[in-house]
Amino acid sequence: MVVTAERTPLYDEHVRLGAQITNFGGWLMPLQYTSIREEHRAVREAVGLFDLSHMGEIRLKDDAAAQRLLTRDLTPLRTGRVQYALLCNDDGGINDDVLVYAVPEGGYLLVVNAGNQDSDFDWIRSHTPDGAVFNVGREWALVGVQGPGAVALVQRVTSSALGTVKYYAFIEGRVADVACLISRTGYTGEDGFELFCGNDDAGRLWRALLEEGQADGIRPAGLGARDTLRLEAGMRLYGNDMDDKTNPLEAGLEWTLSLDKDFIGRDAIVEARQRGLDRRLVGLKMLDRNIPRHGYRVLRDGQPVGVVSSGNVSFTLGYNIAMAYVLPALTEPQTRLDIDVRGRASPAEVVSLPFYKRPHPK
Amino acid sequence: MPDLSGMRFSESHEWVKRDGETAIVGITEYAQSQLGDVIYLELPTVGQQLDAGGRLGVIESVKAASDLYSPVGGEVADINQELKDHPEYVNQDPYGKGWIIKLRAIKDNPKLLDQKAYDDFVKGKSPS
Repeated sequence: MVVTAERTPLYDEHVRLGAQITNFGGWLMPLQYTSIREEHRAVREAVGLFDLSHMGEIRLKDDAAAQRLLTRDLTPLRTGRVQYALLCNDDGGINDDVLVYAVPEGGYLLVVNAGNQDSDFDWIRSHTPDGAVFNVGREWALVGVQGPGAVALVQRVTSSALGTVKYYAFIEGRVADVACLISRTGYTGEDGFELFCGNDDAGRLWRALLEEGQADGIRPAGLGARDTLRLEAGMRLYGNDMDDKTNPLEAGLEWTLSLDKDFIGRDAIVEARQRGLDRRLVGLKMLDRNIPRHGYRVLRDGQPVGVVSSGNVSFTLGYNIAMAYVLPALTEPQTRLDIDVRGRASPAEVVSLPFYKRPHPK
Repeated sequence: MPDLSGMRFSESHEWVKRDGETAIVGITEYAQSQLGDVIYLELPTVGQQLDAGGRLGVIESVKAASDLYSPVGGEVADINQELKDHPEYVNQDPYGKGWIIKLRAIKDNPKLLDQKAYDDFVKGKSPS
């Protein structure tokens, strides 16, 4: 079998900008353009521009199916609003984490992880009446504009009033004369927008934002910076920090569960809670210079008590950080643990998530 | 372009330059570009003996941790203390202020490549 990696409509832009390309979830994506450190800093201090077109979009027109598939009650979600929710399997494991958009045409648009889009679609279709679900991810491009300068930048190239678009809300409008769904969401811990547009318009939108953003210090930012940014913001990465064997309670995602409604996985989750959890996700701050990485063991007095799910340097905070699954008794902040880094115990302490919160959230 | 004359190279992408009785060791431009942003180096202590081709330490970039190998044998005479606070020097100037260690009592390694052979070796690795 020949597996061909897919390209987003912005692939040629990345090559032209000299990006290092990597295969992520079956997609050829920019890992970095110049330096992950510099791209990370641009997002924290100015503006970063991301190609997120690899993300999947699934149009689900059946409200009852949506309520049954998604962990969070959708009835309070008004048109024009977005919420974070999970798709769970029958055992309560996480099939994917998704953003749910209540669209004006009725029903929902789900934004799902790139590598899961086809399996999510199959899963949803198997629980939905015929003709009510559509896999539209390859018809849409998605451009992220993130950072303290992002809102002002996008406002300069649209006549829509963006001040009225609250966090986790969206409108339809034109940005740089491109028809977009303008969503005030992101995966960086900064303010900004994610702009959905048709594939054919993506290049025009990308180039217009890069040009207009010069004055703001904009930089194109790759998946490397996206990962270090989301880690600082305490956002879980599907595949690293959770998978189909992870119970949402273990992942610290109880706030995404509406346990008083009936959804797939609910009973297994309730049962697991009654039985008691074996592990819980915590934040760790390294107390030396070693870098914690996915898969490294967590120790307490030399005994294994858990495993790192994500870890790296925090450029913003100036020390190294990790998310890890540990025994539930060891999750109190300031608990001293060690990470097994190449056979040596590196000291770390439990801290609350997120590691980083932007100074002036709006 | 930095002056690479007098440098020799390993297939694991370290360079070495003899300077009288000592030798300076670093990683190549190709290596730093493949690693991306360097954030930490785990290095030996002064006085430690290294074998040619033996493990010298670990270099951590945002992307991954990678082993470093000593292109020649010898005793560690000095390590670049500046890299503790400025690991990015390895990216910015891999043949200059991004040097990693100095060795003395050198045991040479006949398997090292000269610049032309190393450039050909790197070209053979990249598809473009």
